[in-house]
Amino acid sequence: MNKPTEWETVIGLEIHAQLATKSKIFSGASTIYGAKPNTQACAVDLGLPGVLPVINEQAILMAIKFGLAIGAEIPERSVFARKNYFYPDLPKGYQISQFELPIVSNGLIEIVIENKKKKIIKITRAHLEEDAGKSNHDQFNGCTGIDLNRAGNPLLEIVSEPDMNNAKEAISYLKKIHSLVRYLEICDGNMQEGSFRCDANVSVKPTQQKELGTRTEIKNLNSFKFIEAAINHEVERQINLIESGKIVTQETRLYDANKNETRSMRSKEEANDYRYFPDPDLLPVLITEEIKKIVRELIPELPDAKRMRYQNELGLSEYDSDNLTANPDIANYFETTMVANGDAKMCANWIMGDLSASLNKENINIKNSPVTAKMLGDMINLIKDKTISGKIAKIVFEAMWNKEGEAISIIENKDLKQVTDLSEIENLIDVIIAENTIQVKQYKNCPADKKQKFISFFIGQIMKKSKGKANPIQANELLKEKLNG
Amino acid sequence: MSIDKSEVEKIAWLTRLAIDKEDIANYCNELTDIVNLMEQMNSVDTTDIAPLAHPINLFSRLRIDKVTETDQRENFQENTVETKDGYYLVPKVID
Repeated sequence: MNKPTEWETVIGLEIHAQLATKSKIFSGASTIYGAKPNTQACAVDLGLPGVLPVINEQAILMAIKFGLAIGAEIPERSVFARKNYFYPDLPKGYQISQFELPIVSNGLIEIVIENKKKKIIKITRAHLEEDAGKSNHDQFNGCTGIDLNRAGNPLLEIVSEPDMNNAKEAISYLKKIHSLVRYLEICDGNMQEGSFRCDANVSVKPTQQKELGTRTEIKNLNSFKFIEAAINHEVERQINLIESGKIVTQETRLYDANKNETRSMRSKEEANDYRYFPDPDLLPVLITEEIKKIVRELIPELPDAKRMRYQNELGLSEYDSDNLTANPDIANYFETTMVANGDAKMCANWIMGDLSASLNKENINIKNSPVTAKMLGDMINLIKDKTISGKIAKIVFEAMWNKEGEAISIIENKDLKQVTDLSEIENLIDVIIAENTIQVKQYKNCPADKKQKFISFFIGQIMKKSKGKANPIQANELLKEKLNG
Repeated sequence: MSIDKSEVEKIAWLTRLAIDKEDIANYCNELTDIVNLMEQMNSVDTTDIAPLAHPINLFSRLRIDKVTETDQRENFQENTVETKDGYYLVPKVID
């Protein structure tokens, strides 16, 4: 009998990143999310007769920024084309996109895969295009409602080579691009609002086979969790089909998160025939070396470089650096916190510990944290100069979170200053020793390896009596002196 | 090269044009003539000529990223058949 076939998965991704411009790609209508239906769809977006699209300069600059950040080629001439198809949310009957001469081609991204290995994912191209409107199929009783506010929003479609071999790699690539576009400040990355969406092309083939299998395209993927689930589900479906003697049909499938399944989107046999041709309304865009030079200077420190700097210069662990750099808002917060006290490790711990916990609990973005980076930085400074202990700091943090003021005033008001006065601590120890004569005797008579248990008990008593304000290191030293003396 | 009946029907479908059956033969001839003209042009040697994306050999002017449009929904929706709650209504497009 033959060995069971080993299958290899092949995945390519198309990401649509909405560029963070104020106005649309070809018109002066606003791109703000959540406006009332059709109040941000102007004559150009509606494709009314006699209008002419005019290209938004920012959209071009943002695409160039992305291209430079992935080491891609940016041709001197970039051309817009019409992609023709009929759908009610596409008012002109064609989408302005790019076909030949896209603004970005042949870039690279490095991702981390299993066992911390690195893998290069090739980016075939990234092109500019306008978004379509939104169809609402549920609310209108047998009709579809069309909202054209989104029509004309600038999109950068980022197309990868089929270089990924499982859902985890796909997610790793997606997160990398997500982080990158946010660092570059060209996309807000908001997946719920559809500013960052993804279609996945998935196929399977026997491992030893060279040619790729028939692929399906999964649409409607708007969270990392769903994308991973949808790809895994689709791979399984395709393998089952082939193993039971059937074939995979090339088609578009829609992911249904509620049922965790994909289903065919176009039932009718309707091969797309987009008839691309250069848009006669738009002249080619000229991108000079000077423009590229200016844009290159606007590129901030990117996540990979930042991660390496955190490890090599600040001495943070790989884990800490990964967590702090994935999101530029967190990295900015961290760097501001560091300014106040220079202690990278302590700042990292507080940000990833108490701060993250509080932010998650109340679902607050770090940019809107009630405890600002400066406040946290100053508080950490007060731990370092021994004004408060790490334990008391938690109380101070909570008070700052509840908007009771800055660390220094909270410490004053609540009388939380650490007791570092030796005579005060000595007095406390004397009281504890006098109150616990039995334990003192046991301590003195027990073998050396049991003594630590009693020390912990006495320290506990001291901290309790001082309401946590005694400096534990000083208390520990003094206590041992007294008990052994 | 000639354009046959099935191609005319496909083009009509793609462009959503309703055509009369008896006109199809005529369209076949006319479109064949156009395609032949293209082929005639294709036979010219263009080895040393740079491709042109647009008959006007200039580059595009760009617009500053600024919101200049105001809400004109009411005006625009006067031209349409049916609207509700600000949406344009069309026959249901999903099965």
